[in-house]
Amino acid sequence: MAKSDGNGLRVVGRAQRKVDATPKVTGETLFADDLSFPQMVYCKTLRSPHAHARIIRIDTSRAEKEAGVLGVLTGTDLPIPFGILPVSQDEHALALDTVRFIGDPVAAVAAVSEEIAGEAIHLIDVEYEQLREITSVEDALANPEPRIHDYGDSGNLHKLISLEFGTVADGFDAAHLVREDLFFYEGSTHLPIEQHAAVAMYSADHRLTLWSSTQTPHYVHIALEKVLEMPASRIRVIACPNGGGFGGKSDPFSHEIVVSKLAMMTGRPVKATLTREEVFYCHRGRHPTHMWVRTGVTKDGHITAMHFRTALDGGGYGSYGVASTYYTGALQTVTYQVDRYKFEGARAFTNKPPCGPKRGHGTPQPRFALEVQMDKIAEQLKLDPADMRLKHLVPADSLTANYLRVGSMGLAECINKVVTGSNWKERFRRLPHGRGVGIACSSYISGAGLPIYWNNMPHSGVQLQCDRSGGVTVFCGSTDIGQGSDSVLAYIVAEVLGVDPFEIRVVTADTDLTPVDLGSYSSRVTLMSGNAALQAAERARELIAPEVAKQLDVPTSRLVFAESRVFDGENPETGTTFAEAVQAAEAAVGTIGTVGSYTPPASAGRYRGSGVGPSPAYSYSAAVVEVHVEPDSGIVRVPKVWIAHDIGQCINPTTVMGQVEGSVYMGLGEALMEEMAYRANRRVVHKCPSMLEYKSPTTLEMCEVETYLVTDPDPNGPFGAKEVGQGPLLPIMPAVANAVYDAVGVRVDEVPITPEKVLTALKRKANGKEGGGRYGPTHFPEIPWPDPTRVPPPWEGGDGKAIRPSDEDAKAAAVAQPERQH
Amino acid sequence: MLRLPAFEYLQPASIDEALRMKQNAGPRSQYVAGGTDLYPNMKRRHEEPKTVIALGGIDELGQISLESDAPFLGAGLTLTEVATQPRLRTTHSAIAGAAGLVSTPLLRNMGTLGGNLCLDTRCNYYNQSYEWRKSIDFCMKKDGTVCWVAPSSPRCWAVSSSDVAPVMVALDAQYTLVGADGERQVPAAGFYHDDGIEFLTKRPEEILVGVKLPAPNGWDAMYLKLRRRGAFDFPVLGVAVYLEWNESEVQDARIVLGGVASYPKPMTDASQLIVGSTLDDDVIAAAAHAAFKPTKPMDNTDFGLAWRKEMTRIYVKRALTELRTRHRDA
Repeated sequence: MAKSDGNGLRVVGRAQRKVDATPKVTGETLFADDLSFPQMVYCKTLRSPHAHARIIRIDTSRAEKEAGVLGVLTGTDLPIPFGILPVSQDEHALALDTVRFIGDPVAAVAAVSEEIAGEAIHLIDVEYEQLREITSVEDALANPEPRIHDYGDSGNLHKLISLEFGTVADGFDAAHLVREDLFFYEGSTHLPIEQHAAVAMYSADHRLTLWSSTQTPHYVHIALEKVLEMPASRIRVIACPNGGGFGGKSDPFSHEIVVSKLAMMTGRPVKATLTREEVFYCHRGRHPTHMWVRTGVTKDGHITAMHFRTALDGGGYGSYGVASTYYTGALQTVTYQVDRYKFEGARAFTNKPPCGPKRGHGTPQPRFALEVQMDKIAEQLKLDPADMRLKHLVPADSLTANYLRVGSMGLAECINKVVTGSNWKERFRRLPHGRGVGIACSSYISGAGLPIYWNNMPHSGVQLQCDRSGGVTVFCGSTDIGQGSDSVLAYIVAEVLGVDPFEIRVVTADTDLTPVDLGSYSSRVTLMSGNAALQAAERARELIAPEVAKQLDVPTSRLVFAESRVFDGENPETGTTFAEAVQAAEAAVGTIGTVGSYTPPASAGRYRGSGVGPSPAYSYSAAVVEVHVEPDSGIVRVPKVWIAHDIGQCINPTTVMGQVEGSVYMGLGEALMEEMAYRANRRVVHKCPSMLEYKSPTTLEMCEVETYLVTDPDPNGPFGAKEVGQGPLLPIMPAVANAVYDAVGVRVDEVPITPEKVLTALKRKANGKEGGGRYGPTHFPEIPWPDPTRVPPPWEGGDGKAIRPSDEDAKAAAVAQPERQH
Repeated sequence: MLRLPAFEYLQPASIDEALRMKQNAGPRSQYVAGGTDLYPNMKRRHEEPKTVIALGGIDELGQISLESDAPFLGAGLTLTEVATQPRLRTTHSAIAGAAGLVSTPLLRNMGTLGGNLCLDTRCNYYNQSYEWRKSIDFCMKKDGTVCWVAPSSPRCWAVSSSDVAPVMVALDAQYTLVGADGERQVPAAGFYHDDGIEFLTKRPEEILVGVKLPAPNGWDAMYLKLRRRGAFDFPVLGVAVYLEWNESEVQDARIVLGGVASYPKPMTDASQLIVGSTLDDDVIAAAAHAAFKPTKPMDNTDFGLAWRKEMTRIYVKRALTELRTRHRDA
């Protein structure tokens, strides 16, 4: 057991392996597809070959007669809709009457082998009536009919948002410089190595168990309860260790419901393992986003007003889309002070696989736009872009214009670290043609302030059991998707109880055995389940300490829990083993079990839409990216990235670094090559649903990374810890764009920054053509924005509530925009 | 999971036995060597042989002789063997280099020289699952009637994506084929057809036994590959150049492009431009332009076709400049 550092911590903050490392490395870990049960059968899904069509007739008789086929399902067998958000219950396990993208599930077969199931789905005859496909945001705006869904704000517009914090017009009047820029951010997908898989088993006493590669077993539990019309108490959902998620396994999915229903029908365990192509159709990845940004600044770069518009291509279903749309406008205010802020966001339904939450959920797109625009502003103001940012940082412990409460704020130190580490001052605008550096910053939430469905219960719960062998078991609903959340639970409990983290038994992500944790999304797990574990462990210590104090005859305040012992801190040889301490406590008070839970602090904003953005703590990141650009081909290579992340406090610096470097890697993919491309002229089919042709970097394309961890403990985090799973992704894409400009003097105002775009911009520059060396969108879609909800910022005397419109205005607004909870 | 369909698997021990098995199995049979091309295609139901005849157990196909005046590479050598053969890396570095640029180390360990030379043409309307292809009503290369790359076209535009084939054509290597009628030699250029479906002149039952290479007697050659990721992508452009020098003058030249047509495409005009020259900058620019002009990549691989076309100029220029530097430094 390690000795305590200066801060008194023995486990927390120490670099060590994950508690599940050995089984992962040896191949012992069972992922969902590794599971096998006696009599198990296999499920395959028939998917729509049309992007938009009505189902006229389905005939399953030929498939049902096929030898080896045990069950066939169609939409009418599972008619109840579901969806991750209460406002978007728009999915069916199998299409009921309409298909909305190529790959939409239509029917499913269970058979004794995967081969037979795969052949039998082609014996299902489906007659379709094709409908006009909606291919893009512009197409959705121009064609309100045919509607993809019969709900939403109008036609094929799923959601329209308009919020104004202070009068931006006044801010623009006060500005020295007002810039307007257009940006586009292409869609991309998560690409976890593990393809989704699920196995369902239905017992003779009518209990259903589902094992699944999911990040959110609790929400899958709720969806199964609803669609199967079964009491949740008879359904058990177990999230297997995930081979990567990145947000792609956060929705309840068709195949999870289908195998459950087929298990109930056939009485056999039923398994589905998706092909890579099907994973592309599950998608829920980055929304392609058009952006228009108007920003006013003073001579030294202080933002007097910002007006931000986003238009998101949502794909065929709601998914997290309403939240995603709010997120494209939420976090602009938490890095640099923004005096007045207006956000207008729209999400369109289109006939493509649904978009949703991918790492950074809705914030990489606006962050790209904001950080590239900052670079342009700094150049126009003749300021160093790092210095300009440093000068206008949001102060710690403050409230933003849109009522986000910033606690600890380590961005200044992050910027200083990467500026010094990269030798920025000697290199920015000073490297030879073809080489350049760029800087960008970002921030992300450490968990969302509100749950996905309204309730006032804790977001995370932990039960802790200390047995007389000295063993400790932590039970928590949290799901380890490779990020190390099981390890975080063990480290935190080990720290408090003074035992070896590798001796702690961690039981997670099982709705029968573990208290609810909302899931591994929104970078919430270390902070929320960590706090719950901390509370449970402290309560256990409070149960154990008095009995040891009695035995040793020392005050409890002098007891130290460390090295698997409980001892007198002033006289360390006087003590007892941890096991003896538990035995003493058990003898005195009975079985030693405690609970802990965590509920985030209430949000400061109280306007409609204020639910997206608040977080117990914000992480901060800054990155400098170096690029080499070939002027004759436009090919961009990234040899090195310097990145600093304000983590608050590392629970384990090794896994924190892993998340930072993994974010850099994913960020480079989005910056340079990844594209969810569709053949718009060929029925909106996905251009290349394979890992070979969907271009994402491999380890051989990965650059050198210099990582700096900035620790500035946040009072809301366990031991001061904040998130790291998503934030460090965000500065990479804009830093690459800014570096390309530094290298060859052209702006690519969209991602991915492909060689074609760079070369086109270089030619335009050489020819003195429009834009003088820019590649990017030339217009923003025409969107019928509603009147904004007006909220005065805190410094204008606001209290977080919207200004009440006059009664007449309110009536008009109510008609135009029916109230909707999100 | 994407599953292989059921098929019969035969393992002949000799070329003769393989030919007999092929004859007995009829048209719905196919040879396989490393399987890195065929098996994924079978999973996606592009190719549906009922019988697969594995050539891996035939020792004759693994022959290699580099010491003689007629160097020979057996078609059964793995790409790793070709890429790492120490003598070949000196005498025919363009071949070893091209083999080393194919895919990933794992696939090079399985994939063979013969497999790469007979690689099925590729197209992103074709290299897709059965379900995907069904959603576009299939294409003429498999199960359909239209070439979606050029819907009014009477032919298929799938792309030759071999890295080694353009080098073999540039070197004027001779392929040795064995069929029911015995052995025949075909010049590499004559082995390929500009058609995405009938892309080989090889008869189905013939086995590519190996390749006779030109003896290393002063000529030079190189291969440049353009692709998105150095880690494993197919070429979107391959530039193979063969040069014979006479003092400071180019005596003979062959420039061949891969990844831009259904066959390794000889750039005759560009090649002729440099013969007789000292390969000065303006000649290189003219040759690069002559290679760029007739190149007509289609929209069926990674990257946009206009940029790929533009890159022929850049990559031909780079290859010629590099060969000139080598010669002047030598």
